[in-house]
Amino acid sequence: MGHDDRAPARGTGGAVGATPIVRFEGTGRAFGAVRALHPSDFAVRPGECVALVGHNGAGKSTLVNLVNAVFPPSEGAVVYDLPPGAAPAGRSFEAGAVRARRAAGVRAVHQELSLAPNLSVLENLRIAQRDLAGRGWRRRASDRMRASLDAVFPGNRIPTRAVVGDLALAERQMVEIAMGFADGMEPARLVILDEPTSSLDASVAAQLVAHVRAFCASGGAAIFISHMMAEVFDIADRIAVMRDGRIVEDRPASAFTQRSLVAAMGHVAPEATAAARAAPSGPDILGADHGLSARAGEIVGLAGLAGHGQAEALSRLYLALSSDWRAAGAPRAAFVAGDRARDGLFPLWSIRRNVSAAGLGRLVRRGLVDRAAEAALARDWKARIGIRTDDLSAPILSLSGGNQQKVLFARALATGAPVVVMDDPMRGVDVGTKAQVYDIIRAEAGAGRTFLWYSTEMDEIRLCDRVFVYRNGRIGAELRGDAITGEAIVASSFEMEAEA
Amino acid sequence: MIPRIDIRLLLPVLSLALLLAAVFWLQPRAMSYLGLNLLFNLAVPVALATVAQMIVIMVGDIDLSMGAFVSFVACVTATLVVDTPALGYLALVAAILGYAALGALIQARRLPAIVVTLGMSFAWGGLAVLLLPSPGGSAPGWLRALMTAKPPLVPMAVLASVAIALVTHLVVMRSAFGVLLRGLGGNERSLGKAGWSPVLLRAAAYGLAGIFAVLAGMTLVGLSTAADANIALRYTLLSIAGVILGGGEFTGGRVSPVGAVVGALTLTLAGSFLSFLRLSPDWQIGAQGAILIVVLAARLLFARRRAR
Repeated sequence: MGHDDRAPARGTGGAVGATPIVRFEGTGRAFGAVRALHPSDFAVRPGECVALVGHNGAGKSTLVNLVNAVFPPSEGAVVYDLPPGAAPAGRSFEAGAVRARRAAGVRAVHQELSLAPNLSVLENLRIAQRDLAGRGWRRRASDRMRASLDAVFPGNRIPTRAVVGDLALAERQMVEIAMGFADGMEPARLVILDEPTSSLDASVAAQLVAHVRAFCASGGAAIFISHMMAEVFDIADRIAVMRDGRIVEDRPASAFTQRSLVAAMGHVAPEATAAARAAPSGPDILGADHGLSARAGEIVGLAGLAGHGQAEALSRLYLALSSDWRAAGAPRAAFVAGDRARDGLFPLWSIRRNVSAAGLGRLVRRGLVDRAAEAALARDWKARIGIRTDDLSAPILSLSGGNQQKVLFARALATGAPVVVMDDPMRGVDVGTKAQVYDIIRAEAGAGRTFLWYSTEMDEIRLCDRVFVYRNGRIGAELRGDAITGEAIVASSFEMEAEA
Repeated sequence: MIPRIDIRLLLPVLSLALLLAAVFWLQPRAMSYLGLNLLFNLAVPVALATVAQMIVIMVGDIDLSMGAFVSFVACVTATLVVDTPALGYLALVAAILGYAALGALIQARRLPAIVVTLGMSFAWGGLAVLLLPSPGGSAPGWLRALMTAKPPLVPMAVLASVAIALVTHLVVMRSAFGVLLRGLGGNERSLGKAGWSPVLLRAAAYGLAGIFAVLAGMTLVGLSTAADANIALRYTLLSIAGVILGGGEFTGGRVSPVGAVVGALTLTLAGSFLSFLRLSPDWQIGAQGAILIVVLAARLLFARRRAR
């Protein structure tokens, strides 16, 4: 399934002969040992609207960032179609590629809002467009912004002098989109829209879809990323499907149906054969208002596309379980962080102290930490979980990433809390460690502990007894046992039309 | 939007008006050309230092070396600028460039500004003592003349304050360049994505702050006719208080130049007000702090109201 078995220029729905605005020539990107995008050929021509779909970690963002010259490719090249006379000469990647990208009229509307909230709408356009300076720049910026806002979202009531921080979330997103289409020194030819409708309501989203269609009909091009199937089919004349860092399908939209598209995204490598485990039955020991629940001894997964409310649901639940300060000695829940540096490790502490940090309440004698008990605890967990070190008093950062993560697991398990909350804990952990940790989780669950596991990785989700798939901050589906398959999770992660 | 600026400015202007009314009530003779000039004379360097601090706060940092730097500039002005003008002005320009370099360093090495400027405050203080081990020196003639000028109708101090507010407002709030500097405080990443260099921009912001701080030191010498290595140490906290009093916020690039100048005036006036109350100098600093707390508490209440 390499890139080489496909002709470079296939499946164009638009003007086939025209020079592509941007073209990948065997372009790939790796981050250290992690392969984010295998060398691929990909092109967008004037008049095309390409939808880019795929599950978490399929490589969509990497591809978009390469088009957008956020970082250089590790191999191959990104070639822009430059207007005559614009021959950008830059010594560094930043100077060269970024200027070429801008000269080619490639603009990006980012998923995470990238406006400066303390500036007004027209001032934000000034940051994006360098020619807005000198006498009367405010008037020109305001005119461009007004024209674009009214063209994309007819009837909007956003004043160009309004401070962005005062606008509602949907209005900010509208401003950001309008900035992408606004008139400028280098007119927009290719606009990348990354989940542009995530906070827009249906009628406004329809205005955007109509505008993108008109934009492409008049010779512009767009790359559109969305998790709403209906939108993808409304807007795109070509769909590129990504999976595991490859473009696996790149065909006209008419060649797909919703079902075939989901199948293309969700077909995951051979199912990991998880030894059958009797799913625990019994009453729910905890539940959250939005429908999340768990039984004693159950491994409950929180799945869905990243950023659809799983992490928030977990932290709300954990806060509710852990905010009783009188229960410091016997907490009801323990937390395993996925972002080790941000909310896991104490980087200056030893391994031993990092292990004991959460369970200190049980190691206290007369108000002081019982050093001997602490050392025994750390030794015990080093043996049980296999932390690879000779010296538990060595600094935590002397361990590899996978072993650091094991320390965080040990810290949570050492508290004796009946519920363990895990926030995508396997990020950047090697396969061997993963397998070990899976075994520990299953053994602990067998002993009656409950695990709440947010993961973006399909093979981890399949280890769960029950899975809640999140979409737009709510639970979109609940899957159990054999129903937990890659296809089912992808299908519930993406919004389907009512009939599907 | 206009109404937003009004709300942000309302409180500082209101506190200034209230304090001014109280001063006039206590001492009606202050309500004159001479009286106003005396009341606000020392506000000019404070206002300039506050504007300098505001620019640093605007890009998300804080400058703990402001007082030491203004003192250093005052020492340069009272010695080098008088004795060997060419060398003196060169030293001032070099100081501004040094400030810009600090900004570049803070951005490029991702250092916390609070640490860098705290360290620099000792460097500036040391240089000031080297230049002027004991209080002394003299003010350049033109500077003295400028600061004691008596324009018709409106006293110099008031005129200068208005000019400072106006110039800063134009540069920071209206110019295309000011937008970039405020953008640096609001969302540094989006500036980087648009191809601007955060290092250059932060250097520019610090350089601009350096220019205002140098002006603060010079005007201070023009008023006091002599300098001392510790002449402006209070300015560090005074300038930070002035920015916050004037409606600025520590993070997010939300500041108001006009508010900062008004805040500086308010703080200076608070000192006079307390003297008029015949409060012992021992208590004045505490009382000044109390005024600050009252105003900031009022602002918090306003903000809560608005958020609801």
